[in-house]
Amino acid sequence: MNLERLVIMANDIGGFFGGEPTAEERIAGVSNHLAKFWDPRMRRQIVAYAREGGADLSDHVRAAVLRLDVPPKT
Amino acid sequence: MRSIAENDLGTPARESAKQVTLIIDGRSVSVPEGTSVMRAAALADLKIPKLCATDQLEAFGSCRLCLVQIEGMKGYPASCTTPVAEGMKVTTQNGKLAQLRRGVMELYISDHPLDCLTCPANGHCELQDMAGAVGLREVRYGYEGDNHVHKYVPGKGEANPRFVAKDESNPYFTFDPSKCIVCSRCVRACDEQQGTLALTIQGRGFDSKVSASVAESFLESECVSCGACVQACPTATLTEKSVIAKGQAEHSEITTCAYCGVGCSFRAEMRGEEIIRMVPNKDGHANHGHSCVKGRFAIGYATHKDRITKPMIRAKISDPWREVSWDDAIAYAASEFKRIQGQYGRDSVGAITSSRCTNEEVYVVQKLVRAAFGNNNVDTCARVCHSPTGYGLKQTLGESAGTQTFDSVMKADVIMVIGANPTDGHPVFASQMKRRLRQGARLIVADPRRIDLVRTPHIEAAHHLSLRPGTNVALINSIAHVVVTEGFVNEDFVRARCDLASFDKWRIFVSQERHSPEAMQDVTGVPAAEVRAAARLFASVPNAAIYYGLGVTEHSQGSTMVMGIANLAMATGNVGREGVGVNPLRGQNNVQGSCDMGSFPHELPGYRHVSDDVARGAFEAEWNVKLSPEQGLRIPNMFEAALDGEFKGLYVQGEDIAQSDPNTQHVTASLSAMECIVVQDLFLNETAKFAHVFLPGSSFLEKDGTFTNAERRISRVRKVMSPKSGVGEWEATQKLANALGYPMNYTHPSEIMDEIARLTPTFHGVSFDKIDRLGSVQWPCNDAAPEGTPLMHVDAFVRGKGRFLVTEYVPTTEKVNAKYPLILTTGRILSQYNVGAQTRRTENLAWHSEDRMEIHPHDAEVRGVVEGDWVGVTSRAGDTVMRAHLTDRVQAGVVYTTFHHPFSGANVITTDNSDWATNCPEYKVTAVEVTRVSQPSEWQKRYREFSDRQQELLRAAVTDVSVK
Ligand code: SF4
Ligand code: SF4
Ligand code: SF4
Ligand code: FES
Repeated sequence: MNLERLVIMANDIGGFFGGEPTAEERIAGVSNHLAKFWDPRMRRQIVAYAREGGADLSDHVRAAVLRLDVPPKT
Repeated sequence: MRSIAENDLGTPARESAKQVTLIIDGRSVSVPEGTSVMRAAALADLKIPKLCATDQLEAFGSCRLCLVQIEGMKGYPASCTTPVAEGMKVTTQNGKLAQLRRGVMELYISDHPLDCLTCPANGHCELQDMAGAVGLREVRYGYEGDNHVHKYVPGKGEANPRFVAKDESNPYFTFDPSKCIVCSRCVRACDEQQGTLALTIQGRGFDSKVSASVAESFLESECVSCGACVQACPTATLTEKSVIAKGQAEHSEITTCAYCGVGCSFRAEMRGEEIIRMVPNKDGHANHGHSCVKGRFAIGYATHKDRITKPMIRAKISDPWREVSWDDAIAYAASEFKRIQGQYGRDSVGAITSSRCTNEEVYVVQKLVRAAFGNNNVDTCARVCHSPTGYGLKQTLGESAGTQTFDSVMKADVIMVIGANPTDGHPVFASQMKRRLRQGARLIVADPRRIDLVRTPHIEAAHHLSLRPGTNVALINSIAHVVVTEGFVNEDFVRARCDLASFDKWRIFVSQERHSPEAMQDVTGVPAAEVRAAARLFASVPNAAIYYGLGVTEHSQGSTMVMGIANLAMATGNVGREGVGVNPLRGQNNVQGSCDMGSFPHELPGYRHVSDDVARGAFEAEWNVKLSPEQGLRIPNMFEAALDGEFKGLYVQGEDIAQSDPNTQHVTASLSAMECIVVQDLFLNETAKFAHVFLPGSSFLEKDGTFTNAERRISRVRKVMSPKSGVGEWEATQKLANALGYPMNYTHPSEIMDEIARLTPTFHGVSFDKIDRLGSVQWPCNDAAPEGTPLMHVDAFVRGKGRFLVTEYVPTTEKVNAKYPLILTTGRILSQYNVGAQTRRTENLAWHSEDRMEIHPHDAEVRGVVEGDWVGVTSRAGDTVMRAHLTDRVQAGVVYTTFHHPFSGANVITTDNSDWATNCPEYKVTAVEVTRVSQPSEWQKRYREFSDRQQELLRAAVTDVSVK
């Protein structure tokens, strides 16, 4: 999928959880949201991107993405 | 004309704990205190003659036909205006009363034409009935004198100055003043029921006559064509054109409107399989006998010549269509889906369910996806409207639905309307809301545009917070700031009902000075003092209710705003009783239902996550198949995946994504990249122009099922005519599942509902039988609430403790700049519905034949644009051309349009931006520039060409031998 869109979408999610008071809450919030709402192929793609550095992801979003389990391809 | 099936009790019901017993014509009757003598008599099966009274309206007491004698009372009181009293003794019939009534009737008839035999009301006219009831045998006064009946003065040949010709301007009903008895029922219906106040009685005594606005035609007047006056009229003066053309109906069937989320109950009045007219059901729990122009009148689409009734297939979208048998169409679709899954993987196909279809139809489509496709790639059009409501309310209150009944508004002291336009979008509920406002409730409107509600007869908003599009969250945070810092929090409620840790976090967050109205006024554009006053008003009354619509959800922060609304309601203790609550006004008729039915890629029916092993296990056991625990693709993700070549097959049930979804060019590119698109619809809609298989759908008149409205109310849809395609929608889906190798064997939609009830805790107690018995039922309906749940979160929130969420305002990335200096926002109007596929195929075009661009006169002047000019509207996504309409309803800097017509291409300009949580598109904020132009846009030219070509391919459809 268009990586640029995925990055924008991930950062949008990060924007909401950015209001949380602690870093842990910010990261956990984003991570849970991605785990619950993103289809596996989107998660695979964003994780791959984050593992390569994920330059355009905001910090807590990158940390959150790196926490995700990556489902195997079907 | 009243419904042929309803019994008119003369005056409205009264609620009272106290029963009063009286004697009427020797019968003892007990009724609630405050009831009229007329109604009490009717309840005892005694009919008192009447003309100006009807139980939908307050008694008026003008015709004097309903006179009775009451022991101990002088004279002959009117029974419609006389309340019952304990021990009262009433005589409704005797020689004196008969004589008086005949006298009254004689006067009426002396100024009424005697063409009963050819009159459209014949057989169902109250004047005729009353003449019969009182035994009128002669009329001593002729027409030689003053009358309203004849065009010329009888015997003289000169024009009769009292005569007024028929007004046929309204496409659906006529007004024939010569038949008017000036009972004022129409005027009162327009005032009390509809709240438009379009009609007046002009003049006095014999001079008096009914007039639309000030002597205008109905079409030109303020009239919104709701039809309440037509229903109220006891004579043929106001009559449906369909009745004039066809005659009286002979039977009726109760069903539910298939347009908006109000979900009005109707009696379809029929002759055989032909509809004569739709009459709102007096016992309808959502509408109490009222309706709007769409539900009552705009049903012609169901029998429109454009309807496609035979299945069609084609290999490529450049091929002509081939009409085939149902079996061949289904076999072709199934083989294509199988081929695609074999070639591109199990996840390469999916489906989109429709909010216009019944719960049962939606349920079988999502079941087909999960069980037969073997993935969770199912989504619904709620994605593009109310998905943030589902998400936001679930996170805070614990259930993805509104908290109240519509009737609850009658107990509200302050009504706050945010990003909704009820008089256009939810007209029947708006009428009820206006009734409450006329009784004195205060109104706060938060909307960039001056919607009608802000100032309408006898109503004026206490505050209109005219905010900049895209700044909802900033506004709700500053309202919350006032509530928290000025001590308006309902501490008892919060302590007893809410999660305190989350509340404290939120309190600290919104108390920050950066959220104060003063700090935010440059962002929202709303003066701080106005915000403070509105917040104080909202928080200081016993009952404050919030109603909101797509102006809340269709933003990049849609979900955040829904949570902000829920936070505010909880903090002020406005949840869990009548008169309060968080009330999403749902767009399409069955948006609530389609969401409930498991149309989201991450949720099974009843909002349970697909990764929930217990819930999934229950479905696996009942469906006898292994289900995927991984959420699937949402609509916008499907489009992205299609462009990547990973998503190739789509089954679209009754939706028009090519017109309704944002960034049209992106959508059509995605559709073009797919190899098998199956569209099930009434018409060759915009999406069907990209389809390979067309399965003819059935209108709501052709099927049994249920719809769930914005109040969680499940109502029956009943089949009043046979499906034109021979096959109901759920049957087509079932055939497809079977062809894919997954057996489905329902014989009636009620069996589908039974399965839903077995598998969904909030639906355990729902069945067709129960709905038939109760008229409608609001979920949750189960052992804990066998007759349903009108109010939610009464003693505790569904999730236990109400949860506050921190709602940081994040400005949209869609920003104005020198190139795109204006903000475009979009909306709806009363006479049209959604993409307009239905309403454009009715006479409703009389009110809205094209989409126009509303622009502030100041912005227009700078651009040299005058009223009616063609203007080009350009955004970062695309450009289109439409005509300009100058109005100060929009603020300077903001332009507004509707998207009911495909050629306007409003969604060519909307962008890919979406709500962070749900990907609900940001329809409400697009940066644009507007310029004067002389020709259609490039997109429009291409669209015209493509669309014309597709129409040709439809006309060129060849019929397979097998179906000849
Ligand atoms: S149709 Fe409705 S709005 Fe129009 S005059 Fe009648 S009651 Fe009023
Ligand atoms: S138009 Fe009908 S309802 Fe209105 S005053 Fe005349 S008779 Fe009565
Ligand atoms: S469109 Fe809505 S308000 Fe109008 S009749 Fe139908 S359900 Fe009622
Ligand atoms: S019905 Fe009572 S006065 Fe007309």
